[in-house]
Amino acid sequence: MFYRETGQFKTSYEQDQAMLPILQDRYFIAVLLAFAIVGVPLLASDYLFLSILIPFLILALAATGLNLLVGYCGQISIGHAAFMSVGAYAAYNLVLRVPQLNFLVVLVLAGLIAAAVGMLFGIPSLRIKGLYLAVATLAAQFFIDWTMARVKWLTNYSSSGSVSTAPLDIFGWQVDTPVRKYLFLLAVVAVFTVLAKNLVRGHIGRTWMAMRDMDVAAEIIGIRPAYAKLTAFAVSSFYVGVAGALWGFVYLGSWEPLAFDINLSLNLLFMIIIGGMGSILGSFFGAFFIVALPILLNHAPGWLGMTLSTAMVSHLESIIFGALIVFFLIVEPRGLARLWAIGKEKLRLWPFPH
Amino acid sequence: MKITSKIRLLAVSAGTVAAVLAATASGPAVAQGMEQFFPALVYRTGPYAPNGVPWANGYVDYLKLVNARDGGMNGVKITFEECETGYATDRGVECYERLKGKGPTGATVFQPLSTGITFALTDKAPGDKIPLVTAGYGRADSVDGSVFTWNFPLGGTYWDAADILIQHVAKKEGGFDKLKGKKIALVYHDSPYGKEPIPLLQARAKMHGFDLMLLPVTHPGVEQKATWLEIRQQRPDYVFLWGWGVMNSTAIKEAVATGYPREKMYGVWWSGAEPDVTPAGDGAKGYNALTFLAPAGEGQVHKDLIKYVYDKGQGTGKKEDLGEVLYNRGMVSAMMAVEAVKRAQAKYGKKPLTGEQVRWGLENLTIDSAAIKKLGFEGFMNPVLTSCDNHEGAHTAHVETWDGKQWHVTAGPYQSDLKVIDPIIRASAQKYAEEKKIQPRDCSKETKS
Repeated sequence: MFYRETGQFKTSYEQDQAMLPILQDRYFIAVLLAFAIVGVPLLASDYLFLSILIPFLILALAATGLNLLVGYCGQISIGHAAFMSVGAYAAYNLVLRVPQLNFLVVLVLAGLIAAAVGMLFGIPSLRIKGLYLAVATLAAQFFIDWTMARVKWLTNYSSSGSVSTAPLDIFGWQVDTPVRKYLFLLAVVAVFTVLAKNLVRGHIGRTWMAMRDMDVAAEIIGIRPAYAKLTAFAVSSFYVGVAGALWGFVYLGSWEPLAFDINLSLNLLFMIIIGGMGSILGSFFGAFFIVALPILLNHAPGWLGMTLSTAMVSHLESIIFGALIVFFLIVEPRGLARLWAIGKEKLRLWPFPH
Repeated sequence: MKITSKIRLLAVSAGTVAAVLAATASGPAVAQGMEQFFPALVYRTGPYAPNGVPWANGYVDYLKLVNARDGGMNGVKITFEECETGYATDRGVECYERLKGKGPTGATVFQPLSTGITFALTDKAPGDKIPLVTAGYGRADSVDGSVFTWNFPLGGTYWDAADILIQHVAKKEGGFDKLKGKKIALVYHDSPYGKEPIPLLQARAKMHGFDLMLLPVTHPGVEQKATWLEIRQQRPDYVFLWGWGVMNSTAIKEAVATGYPREKMYGVWWSGAEPDVTPAGDGAKGYNALTFLAPAGEGQVHKDLIKYVYDKGQGTGKKEDLGEVLYNRGMVSAMMAVEAVKRAQAKYGKKPLTGEQVRWGLENLTIDSAAIKKLGFEGFMNPVLTSCDNHEGAHTAHVETWDGKQWHVTAGPYQSDLKVIDPIIRASAQKYAEEKKIQPRDCSKETKS
């Protein structure tokens, strides 16, 4: 009823290969984008921007990056926060040492540096798989953490090891208020999401998925494993590198290596597991779940008019959050994105399910 | 059937999230009127809770006392709300955003009790015009108020602490020249907090020719085997401990295990409270730490607290814990913020004040010995007198020693050597101003009344 494709005929290959082949989907995305660009800035408070929407957008981008590697190429990594920190520190040093560069250029360069580092740490993936690879990427996490804390040049000899950034300026447009930060991030994330979506539908994405599903078979049909795995590491690290630079410059403003510790790596991994492996949309669901839910749970007793001690609220938050993770994984192990897909299927048949 | 239930579930959860989001957007209603809102960034859970809880209790108990005993600040009632940071920077920033707009005039002053959160908020405070008080922690270079307009490291910085520790060991050795060739190890929390004293110690090491060993301990500090193995091999003459939370008690236990004499261990003032030494039992005997004036104990203000707050069942913690080191420090932190509001009220009128007005009060704070006595804090704190180019207001500390049951002041008072510290502060503040493109204020143009 809501979701009927009847009468939508595809008369050319372009139409058949469109990113959103169904008219309703196109409408839905257009309305969602319009709401995100016009509606949200009118309705949301500063708090909502700074504490929920901005971290959500950046981590959704990072989760998308990780999903390209883990969900699409099947190479597990628990060192992605380290690649984020490479992006953040690369951007910091570029802005500091080459001040005439535009931030958009800095963002791309920071991503490229992170991609190079990511490829380097992706080399073990050519020989080892699964849990062993996870341990190898864990080494990246600790090694890069250590480098950022010990190599003084990277933090411009800051005594405390903490670096801070000046406000951003893009072609004379100051990215300083929460609304501007949000709009800037929305634009960046939208562009990168479209890129990722097309990447996984194209030639490269198919080689990744072939690698993921069965590496021996993929090799036999002519896919070079080294090429497929290293491109996945490179693209994925590029994404998280860009996200790291945004995390540092737009969200934190000043940070220390601890901001990109193993917890963030694990959180990114949880995002794609809960959101849905091998789904761009799932990265967004997962990021929202991990970023917003603890904060909402922390607020909940206040809204319900309960006066609990601060410690009790904090414990409740951890308990309910943990329980919800277990609950969602039991209800749908393939993630929130799968639930969404099932919902769409149902709407297609409603009100006459057979 | 199964799928239908899944959809129903999805719809319900989506609806809940939407409703909750709508509630966030509108924000809870705030009571208006003659009220001044004090946000309280605390940590009552996590690895730093043993130290965070007494501090938080002292902080909010003092605010309750001002309301109960004095009817507020010159008729303006204090309201406050706690927010749990867990000592994590991102949650600290979230709490800041959550609380900054509450109350009729917004948040009065933020005291995060975390150097990491201080660094993050230093970027945000100028935009929101809310002062940041970091009593005994935070950035050492924020003493320079011409650059750090909104930061107030009241009562002492880590550079003072490091300087005083060096002075103390030099005195024990019989002069600064005796430090030559000695080996001093800094066991520090590997975060901005622990790294702060390093530049000052390095400058002092160059001046007097002692060796400085830097031994970082990763958060949260329960794993220190490698650190203490190195200490056993290198046998430094002194160990300075820059820890927080469980890291402190772990370090003392490791010192017992490796047989390093506790008498040669010196902690910063955040490594010298009851929760740091009691877990190590008798082994902690002889361990030293810095303190501002008296380590623990009770004075007139505690009697008032019992009379006006605890006897009415309004106390936050347990009555027996009153007067602990960190409890007292939380109380002093709250008191300085309250005094700053009163000071600003003298200029702007007896009404709820904005953060900007309170900032002026903090910059012109005069808590001298007479005021300390009047407030009932005699013996618990040093006089704090601030100005535009000195946002710190005091440079004094004592050395205390744990005798197995309680802390005793065993040496002091020491004054940090401004001839050593000041050039480093100005240079560091200058660098910060250039990085952030801040134009320093001209302190001679600031009004004093």
